[in-house]
Amino acid sequence: MSALRNFNLRDKGAEIWAGWNRPVRTVFVITFVLLVGLLPFAPSWGPTSFLNTPITSFENVLVYPVGMFVLMALGLNIVVGKSGLLDLGYIAFFAIGAYSQAILSTLYGWNTWQALPVGMGLAMISGVILGLPALRVRGDYLAIITLGFGEIIRIVALNLSVTGGPNGIAGIPNPPTIFGFEFNLMFPEHFFWLVLAMILLTIWMIRRFTVRRPGRAWEAIRQDEDVAALMGVNTLIYKLWSFVIGAAIGGAAGVVYASKVMVISPDMFKFEVSILILACVVFGGMGNIWGVALGASILAYLPERIRFIADERQIIFGLVLIIMMNLRPDGLLPRKKREKIEEKRTM
Amino acid sequence: MRLEIKDLRVHYGKIEAIKGVSVVVNEGEIVTLIGANGAGKTTILKTISGLRPVSSGSISFDGQDLNKIPAHERVDLGISQVPEGRGIFAGMTVLENLEMGKFNRKDRKNEMAEDLDRVYTLFPRLKERTSQAGGTLSGGEQQMLAMGRALMARPKVLLLDEPSMGLAPQMIANIFRIITEINKQGVTILLVEQNAQQALQRAHRAYILETGNVTKEAKASDLLNDPAVREAYLGVGAH
Repeated sequence: MSALRNFNLRDKGAEIWAGWNRPVRTVFVITFVLLVGLLPFAPSWGPTSFLNTPITSFENVLVYPVGMFVLMALGLNIVVGKSGLLDLGYIAFFAIGAYSQAILSTLYGWNTWQALPVGMGLAMISGVILGLPALRVRGDYLAIITLGFGEIIRIVALNLSVTGGPNGIAGIPNPPTIFGFEFNLMFPEHFFWLVLAMILLTIWMIRRFTVRRPGRAWEAIRQDEDVAALMGVNTLIYKLWSFVIGAAIGGAAGVVYASKVMVISPDMFKFEVSILILACVVFGGMGNIWGVALGASILAYLPERIRFIADERQIIFGLVLIIMMNLRPDGLLPRKKREKIEEKRTM
Repeated sequence: MRLEIKDLRVHYGKIEAIKGVSVVVNEGEIVTLIGANGAGKTTILKTISGLRPVSSGSISFDGQDLNKIPAHERVDLGISQVPEGRGIFAGMTVLENLEMGKFNRKDRKNEMAEDLDRVYTLFPRLKERTSQAGGTLSGGEQQMLAMGRALMARPKVLLLDEPSMGLAPQMIANIFRIITEINKQGVTILLVEQNAQQALQRAHRAYILETGNVTKEAKASDLLNDPAVREAYLGVGAH
C-alpha cells in the first residue's frame, strides 16, 4: 500500500523526459498525439477492441464525455489547481458557451467558427462579473458563491424564452467544413480531432502561462494570499485572470459541444457535472496538467465502459473513486514532489 | 523617510484591536513594539502593510497617506514586511522565493543579480540552498529566507514580525545580529517582538503596547533599566 502511495509517476516521467534531447522529445510528442488521434479506430483493431463501449458508440464517447471533460478539467485546473480557488459552478461557463452557439446559430445563422470567439468572450465576461465580487471572499465562501452562480445560469436558461426554457434549443447546425474536415454524424472522429486540437492548444497555453509571471503569481496566491500581496502581487487581478482563462476554456468547450449534439437543454448543465469535473481534477492530481488529463479521461470513460451493468455502474464508479482516493490521495499524477516534503514537516 | 502612525484604530468585526495608537519611525532607526500576546503588535504591522483596513486614524509614509494605497503597491514604495510565521512559499525553491520578493520588478537582470548578491552576502547559508524547496529549510533558515526575500525589494523600512519565534537561542542571537547589520546598511526597521530583552538591546526606541494602547514610549536603553518594564517583560525583578 505505502509503496503505491509513495510511487510518483510524475517525477519518474519528468526524470525520463529530462534525459531526452530535443529530437527524441519531438518524436515522442508526435507519436503520442498520433496514437491518441487514432483512438476512434481502436475498437476495430482486434487487440484494442476491449476499449469499445457497449451501448454507446465509442467514437462519440471520445468526444463527449471524454474529450470535453479533459478540456473542462484542464480549464478548471487553472482555477482550482493552479491558484487554489474552489469553483463549484464551473459548468456555468460551459453552458454559456453552449447557449451562445445555440442562439447565435438558430436565430442569427452564425456558424460554429464565428460563434466560438463570441461564446468564449461571453464566458470570460461572465467570469469577470462573477469574479469581481466573489474573489474578494475566500475558501468556503467563494465555493458557495460559485455554486450559486452555476445554479443561477441553469435556472435562467430554464426560464427564459430565448433559451427555449426546459425544452432547450434544437436544430443547432454542425460546424461547417474546415480544412477539408466535414463535421456531421458520419464523422465523429473529426469532432474528436477538433477537441483534441483544442486540448493540445490549451495545454500549450497553460504551460506558457505557468512558467511565466502569472504562474508564479498563482502559485504564490495558492500558497499564501496575504504574503503574495506583501510581495507586490495584485492578488485580485491574478485571481480574476485565472478565473477568466478557465471560463474561456469552458466556454469554448460549450460552443463545440452544442454544435456536436445539436440539441441542448438546461438539464445538461446541472450541479453534478461541475462536481464531476472537479472530481476529475482531484482524481488526476490537482495542479498537474497530465494528471488532470488522465484523471478526466478515466472518470469520463469508465461509466460508459461499464454501462452494460446498468444501475449498479454508479455504485462501482463511486467505489473506484473511494478506493483510488485512499490509495493515492494526491491523485494519479500529483504535482511536483517538493511540496510533499513540506507537508510532512508541518504536520 | 518617516513612517508616522496617528491615532490608529483597527477593528476585527466589532472588536477594537487597536485603540488609538500613534507611533513614529524615523529614518535610520530601529524601533521596537513590545507587548504580550494579543496586545495588537501584529495587527499594527498588518495595517501598515495594508493587509488590514484602517478604521480611523492615518498612516503616512514619506508624507504620503497610505490609506488609499492597496497592499500590493506598498512594497514598491519601500515598505517590506517579514510576516509572522515567516510566510515562506514552501513549494518554491529558495531562489524562487527570493525572486518573488519584488514581484513588480522592471529590470529583471542586473538589478536582480545585485539584490541577490546582497542577500547572499548577508545570508551565506541561503546561497548554499538556492535550489532547495523553501519548506525543507530549518526554522532559522526560513527566517533568513523571509528576511532575504523582503530585502530583495530594497525596502526603505523593514517591518519584522517576531523574527525570534520558535528559534534556538543561538539562532536568535544570530538573527538579531543580522538585523543590526541590515540597519547599519541604511534600512529603517520596525520590529515587533515578544523577546523584549533582545529587542530592547538592539533597538533605539521602543513602544510598549498593552491591549491595543501604547502605554509607554521611551529610549530602548531606558526601558531596559526601568524596574516596571524589567518585571513585566524581562522576567526579572521583585518576585
